[in-house]
Amino acid sequence: MHRRTLAELAAGLRKKEFSSVELTRHYLERIERGQPALNAFVTITREQALAAAEAADRELAAGRGGPLTGVPIVHKDIFCTQGVLTTCASRMLSNFVSPYDATIVAKLKAAGTVMLGKANMDEFAMGSSNETSWYGPVRNPWNPELVPGGSSGGSAAAVAARLAPAATATDTGGSIRQPAALCGVTGIKPTYGRVSRYGMIAFASSLDQGGVITVSAEDAALVLGAMAGFDPQDSTSVDTPVPDYTATLNDSVEGLKIGLLKEFFDKGLDPENEQRVREALAVYERLGARLQEVSLPNLPLSVPTYYVVAPAECSSNLARYDGVRFGYRCENPRDLMDLYKRTRGEGFGAEVKRRIMTGTYVLSAGYYDAYYLKAQKVRQLIARDFERAFQEVDVLIGPTTPTPAFALGAKTSDPITMYLNDIYTIGANLAGLPAISIPCGFVRGLPVGLQIVGRHFAEAKILNVAHVYQRETDWHLRVPPGWA
Amino acid sequence: MSLTREQIESIAHLARLELNVTEIPVYQESLSRILDFVGELERADTSGIEPMSHPLPGLSQRLRPDVVTEEDRRELYQANAPRVEAGLYIVPKVIE
Repeated sequence: MHRRTLAELAAGLRKKEFSSVELTRHYLERIERGQPALNAFVTITREQALAAAEAADRELAAGRGGPLTGVPIVHKDIFCTQGVLTTCASRMLSNFVSPYDATIVAKLKAAGTVMLGKANMDEFAMGSSNETSWYGPVRNPWNPELVPGGSSGGSAAAVAARLAPAATATDTGGSIRQPAALCGVTGIKPTYGRVSRYGMIAFASSLDQGGVITVSAEDAALVLGAMAGFDPQDSTSVDTPVPDYTATLNDSVEGLKIGLLKEFFDKGLDPENEQRVREALAVYERLGARLQEVSLPNLPLSVPTYYVVAPAECSSNLARYDGVRFGYRCENPRDLMDLYKRTRGEGFGAEVKRRIMTGTYVLSAGYYDAYYLKAQKVRQLIARDFERAFQEVDVLIGPTTPTPAFALGAKTSDPITMYLNDIYTIGANLAGLPAISIPCGFVRGLPVGLQIVGRHFAEAKILNVAHVYQRETDWHLRVPPGWA
Repeated sequence: MSLTREQIESIAHLARLELNVTEIPVYQESLSRILDFVGELERADTSGIEPMSHPLPGLSQRLRPDVVTEEDRRELYQANAPRVEAGLYIVPKVIE
């Protein structure tokens, strides 16, 4: 059953080929067998899953329910789930049982999906390798000595190993697309404001956006359709109608203008990765799309811009963890200052503390103009570069990452090397644009991701462009050895 | 740029983070390198450019009417608190 896509599983449920309880049991067994090897989960919600599956089966038997009724999914542990541990992979929240559901959790529950568990991730979504989790690293199903990428490493590894047909995820600088690329699965980050952030634990609020990791673009279209939409609970949620993303998946790409970002094909790009991306571009040419090189001169500044803006926002957002109202508290505090400092010193991991301090510094008196204000101006330049490019082309296509997955521990000692892993993904976050990563082949036995960036609210277009490629290729259907 | 031990201690204090003796030199080194790295932004010509205030062009933060929308769910929320007595959050004594 697990070799099928989510769309095929949904069809199987409707045709009563199997029940949601059977499907849920099947995935729970795979998760329990896979967990020791991959560590993709923080929590497995077996009892709740079976109860939800039984309810879904009753709906299906009565001829009710929607396209996702009875489909098992996983939520990244950054999304609040009522009555279920919600840790953000941090010691700080290692005892936090959420009193409410995130909007997307509630929407996917209402759509009839069955939550299997909560996916491991980088602590507070800060990392590109899933090595900063308080619950230990996630391993890449293609090779357990390698990282799955991050921060949504558990979500990507779970879908790649077919422990779940879909997993929600979040993307602040590449945290959906980079692990999707490194694990050989499909991952979409929608336009800023498209998916509600209510109940999604905040990291950098002007960049954070929820999305989903799946096997195929068609699956992503189905799940995103149920997640997206206006939410009065999120002040940055945009009140724009959600189209049926599945309706336009098969639109022709003949005459589509594809922009090749000159800055993406730079010296940092692994030549074999580049080869796979060029082969994918040839597929689009064969389908009648036109390729055109475009340049975004300010794009090389996206990583330094991000590493001012994101830490600044993180230092502000994470000020709420004070050991008073919820979460971890240190033992025997001497006084209130000691309580704050030791709670935060012990409750946060090394990378989270590094980002809080970087943010505190760039926002502090005397440095604000030189760093934060300057970065927000450069961010404007980068956004304008994208705007100009989209006057000439319909989508931008390039690599998702410079290299395939790297070894555990290879980049942990040097934060800058780790940060540069997101060099091709950060631009879309800075400009608030939707982007998707899809598998486009292998390098040295490891999957490579192709990134498609669209105009604001052009999720339907990038899903369409991804789907027509997946009709021509089967890279997205490859399963890591040992997980078939 | 090279941050001193005192600067790291001062940043950590502002951020309310207790650092142990082994952490300070690690952050001294990595924060200095990060600030050098982001210092590259200085070279960009941003004269006459407005700082970005919202990721979507033309949009700003929406405000809701200033009315009470939440009911009292104190007990539910306090179930997650490290220490509560008689409905109050307990912290170390602040005033002697």
